[in-house]
Amino acid sequence: FRLSSLIGHISTCPSLIGQCCQRHPGSVDEFQEELVIRPLHSGDIYASFQFRTLWDTDFLQEGQKVSHYRLFPKSLGQVLSKFSVRELHISFTQGFWRTMQWGQPFIPSPPGAELWVWFHDTVSDVDGNWKELTNVLSGIFCASLNFIDLTNTVQPSASFKPLGLGNATDHRFLRYATLPREIVCTENLTPWKKLLPCGSKAGLAVLLKSEKLFHSSFHSQAVHIRPVCQDEQCTSKAWELRQTLNVVFDLYTAGQGKKAFRSSIYLNCGKTGELFELSPATPLLSQAVVLGDRRTYSVFDLTRAETFGQLRSLNLLLRWKGDGGEMLRPLLHAERYVAGFGLQTGEIHTVIYNNHPYRAFPVLLMDSVPWYLQLYIHTLTVTSKSRDNKPSYIHYQPAKDRHRPHLLEMLIQLPPHSMTEVTVQFERALLKWTEYTPDPNHGFYVGSSVVSALVPSMVAMSTNFTQDQPLFSSFVPVKEESSYFVRVYTEPLLVNLPTPDFSMPYNVICLTCTVVAVGYGSFYNLLTRTFQVDEPSLPLAKRLANLIRRIRGVPLLT
Amino acid sequence: MDNSPKTENSLTIYPFVVPNLLISYCCILVMPEKQRGRYAALAIAAVVIVVGIPLWWKTTETYRAWLPFSEISELDSLQLQLSVDIEVVFSRGTLTPEQQKKFPLSHVNEKEHQVDVSIPELLTSPSTEADLSLHMLSESSCGSVVVYVIPESSTLLPEDVKVYVGQRRTALLRSPPFKTSWNLKEVLSNLDVEVEQVVSTMSFGHQDIVAALSNRVRMTKVTKESMADSMRAIKSSPGYEITFSLLNPDPKSHSLHWDIEGAVQSYIQPLLNKLAPIANFSVDSQILYYAVLGVNPRFDNSVSAYTLSADSLSHVINPVEARLGSNAASSNPVLNFLLYVPDAHHSPLFIRDHSKRKVPSNAFHSPRWGGIMVYNVNEMYGPEAERPVDININMAKVMGVFLAQLRLMLGVQHTHPPTGFVLQSPGSAGLADWELDRLLWSRSVENIATASTTITSLAQLLDQIGNIVINDNIAQQVSSAVTSLQSAVAELEAGNLAFALQYSREAILASERAFFDPSLLHLLYFPDDQKFAIYIPLFLPMCVPIVLSLLKIVSEAKKRRADKQAKSD
Repeated sequence: FRLSSLIGHISTCPSLIGQCCQRHPGSVDEFQEELVIRPLHSGDIYASFQFRTLWDTDFLQEGQKVSHYRLFPKSLGQVLSKFSVRELHISFTQGFWRTMQWGQPFIPSPPGAELWVWFHDTVSDVDGNWKELTNVLSGIFCASLNFIDLTNTVQPSASFKPLGLGNATDHRFLRYATLPREIVCTENLTPWKKLLPCGSKAGLAVLLKSEKLFHSSFHSQAVHIRPVCQDEQCTSKAWELRQTLNVVFDLYTAGQGKKAFRSSIYLNCGKTGELFELSPATPLLSQAVVLGDRRTYSVFDLTRAETFGQLRSLNLLLRWKGDGGEMLRPLLHAERYVAGFGLQTGEIHTVIYNNHPYRAFPVLLMDSVPWYLQLYIHTLTVTSKSRDNKPSYIHYQPAKDRHRPHLLEMLIQLPPHSMTEVTVQFERALLKWTEYTPDPNHGFYVGSSVVSALVPSMVAMSTNFTQDQPLFSSFVPVKEESSYFVRVYTEPLLVNLPTPDFSMPYNVICLTCTVVAVGYGSFYNLLTRTFQVDEPSLPLAKRLANLIRRIRGVPLLT
Repeated sequence: MDNSPKTENSLTIYPFVVPNLLISYCCILVMPEKQRGRYAALAIAAVVIVVGIPLWWKTTETYRAWLPFSEISELDSLQLQLSVDIEVVFSRGTLTPEQQKKFPLSHVNEKEHQVDVSIPELLTSPSTEADLSLHMLSESSCGSVVVYVIPESSTLLPEDVKVYVGQRRTALLRSPPFKTSWNLKEVLSNLDVEVEQVVSTMSFGHQDIVAALSNRVRMTKVTKESMADSMRAIKSSPGYEITFSLLNPDPKSHSLHWDIEGAVQSYIQPLLNKLAPIANFSVDSQILYYAVLGVNPRFDNSVSAYTLSADSLSHVINPVEARLGSNAASSNPVLNFLLYVPDAHHSPLFIRDHSKRKVPSNAFHSPRWGGIMVYNVNEMYGPEAERPVDININMAKVMGVFLAQLRLMLGVQHTHPPTGFVLQSPGSAGLADWELDRLLWSRSVENIATASTTITSLAQLLDQIGNIVINDNIAQQVSSAVTSLQSAVAELEAGNLAFALQYSREAILASERAFFDPSLLHLLYFPDDQKFAIYIPLFLPMCVPIVLSLLKIVSEAKKRRADKQAKSD
């Protein structure tokens, strides 16, 4: 019997939706925000904030510069138009999402920083744009994205398709990079909050107090920009900026906040809403199908006065009725580890689980491994149920030392209720002494592998597109009723590389100099010494004989 | 002798070490043993000094490309000569026929032409129409000035007006009384003072040039006012970003609409088009919600309004600036113009100057940063208006203030014409041609001064710190900066203002690129003493025997000479 309370002190705020400029009737901004609270089976609380700014404009229109901003942040808009970005996804994550305990997150992200960008197909120098873009973004988000260069950038051929409008298939315009080492903290949160139209002054963003957010088991903040349809007919383009923040609090965490715009709090009540007692009583109930599961949500529309009652504030109280209740096992999950011993060779194991009782489905596995782990691709094995499982599609791009990483993409069919293991051996390369990080004995990170799949759904997914859909269910477009898209990230790896003694160059110089000096010294000695013929002294016997001879007056011996 | 095979033995190694010792090989064979040892020591010392040390020096040296140091030091003592083409046109009736005969004549720096057209008939009043036809009459090039001299008795200008400056590069000058007996030269020298005044109004005066050179010259004789002018204007740069921000501290009480696109099109863009030769401008705008000023305005009972005193204005900007956001897409300087609409609880809000008077424009600016205007909307709230109140902002009022501030920031200074001068208002473009010229003159001088300072200090730095690697691209940038500077100076001398500005901009770009090149930092922290320290284990054992044997040879030679002297005595 557990108790947790969420206190929200809420006041109303005007709506800025559809602020429209008279001269350009096409240019309409809209802001929408949403908080989903999901009590997790482990007793933790998962809070997912989503802020969406929609702007009916086109950054990539020829000959017309977008330069007048209202709700959309100016800094991001300028980046989009300067670098001809078609789609941009960036995430900063601290901690690792425990899929088996917590289920599937609404928006997945790997530990550290992840950035993937689709450029517009008019860009001629994609690598140059990418380099400059990472530098600019690193300034905007106060992160070390400037460490993204060609050695950790890949162009996945199948795993990262554009999520917005447009059917780009040419992966020459796609760049993907992760920085698994990146540490996320308040200095990344502040610029992220600044991108919201009201900053942290109003709306759900008031709840985002950094001392609370970073005192949590998992924290992930992301920015997704993509072109979307303006309406159901999809006659014109709008740009969507979706800022998401996902936190997993442990039990006794409380937050406080005010509200703005079209804001909603969705509370996951489980399948029937029997698990929890909720106060105040739920004014609205809504059902949503997300990630293959139908759930009931209590909705608190914070722009409506009746939500608050007399006190003009909303206190949510959640009371667990018991610790029973089934948890939906995630149908797909993956993990990864390094095997082997010593500092020369090793083996990467990636294990993918299909928990579906009777359906097999294919998954796309993408691995980006830095060049200093030299993969032996002939040792690649894929086994499921202790039988060889031949991937139907393999895209492998070997690494070039100091230029590009390995990229391995495979389409693997997962048998029902099975465990599939992918192993590949590698050898550790020796780095130059300037290429080591400041703390080389800590080890080197290898980014998460990405498993993307269309997982068969237990319930029918709704495929029709509506504006009023809650944000958390509308991020990835659903194309068919029977399945839904899931992306799973594995743990990043920490690999030790052979590390030299860093005073070595000085030792080498000193040692060589000493050897040269010793050789030189004896040589010099040999050359400049004066050699004099020494008269050999006579043996003692002869000298004695001579002594006797001198006395005798006989000639001496020589 | 039986020691010869030994000598042979040791000498065979020579070619491996120092091939050039082979020459001494044959001599040594016949020399006595002691002599040979001495020569060997000398030869090794010679090889170490002639080959070894230079080789080591060369291989451990940093790469330094050649820089035009002498030309740079010439730039340091910069002698600028600015020349303005002035056309003095005498209208009919100002000169006597005798004076007209002595034509052509050029006078010091001033070229003059006699044009026989019927200007007096045309100029009935100093209207813009006349100004335009004056302009059509002689298409004056950028930087030049045309002075029309009209008779003293002319009714064209009002009685007390001596000089009328038009919108373009023309001025009308009422001629002082001439004696008919004067020749043209005397007439012109009589006009000198007036023409000089015209030029200092329309092109540049001493103060402008000193202000433009302010970062090179100690400001001693500059008036406070022109110093303030030069401090206010933003530094010369190849481009500027102009950002208009609407600050809405309370979206609950009012929702604001501003037609910024239209306002920029009709008020700002004409000025920027005119200024296109100076720099590239880009304009954008944003709306910031819940953005508040850093100071709490005080309520003043006497006017029943909130007031911001001039002293507190300096604290207003900082908290707002955190929200403005820097420009992500370029590194040009940003000019911010903020429109602050106070919330219902703090309005009306007025700014008061130092003498406690209300500022009529209700705006202020911060030098080289931008301007802030407070726009009160309290009268637009109806008695029972539904919150939020929709408010359309009167952009003409706002842009008038911002335009004036923008002119200040860009360095279009208020000229202080001498008495008797009348200036035509700049018209719809917001900038008269001669005002643009003034700006061009001071900008080219400023650019030249900045670029030459940059190049000189770079050369000085590279000269002082010998460890800095100078790559070829830096050397190339430096020389291109130097050549552009030289051509800019030459063009200024020739009076080609447009080219001078062009070259001076190129010079600034090249010099900044060279100065901020990251490759200059690479070896800065690997100084000479460390280099020597690393090679000490090699040098010490090598040099000690060489030095010792050299000392021994010297002392032996001395001793021998002393012996010889003793013998000869």
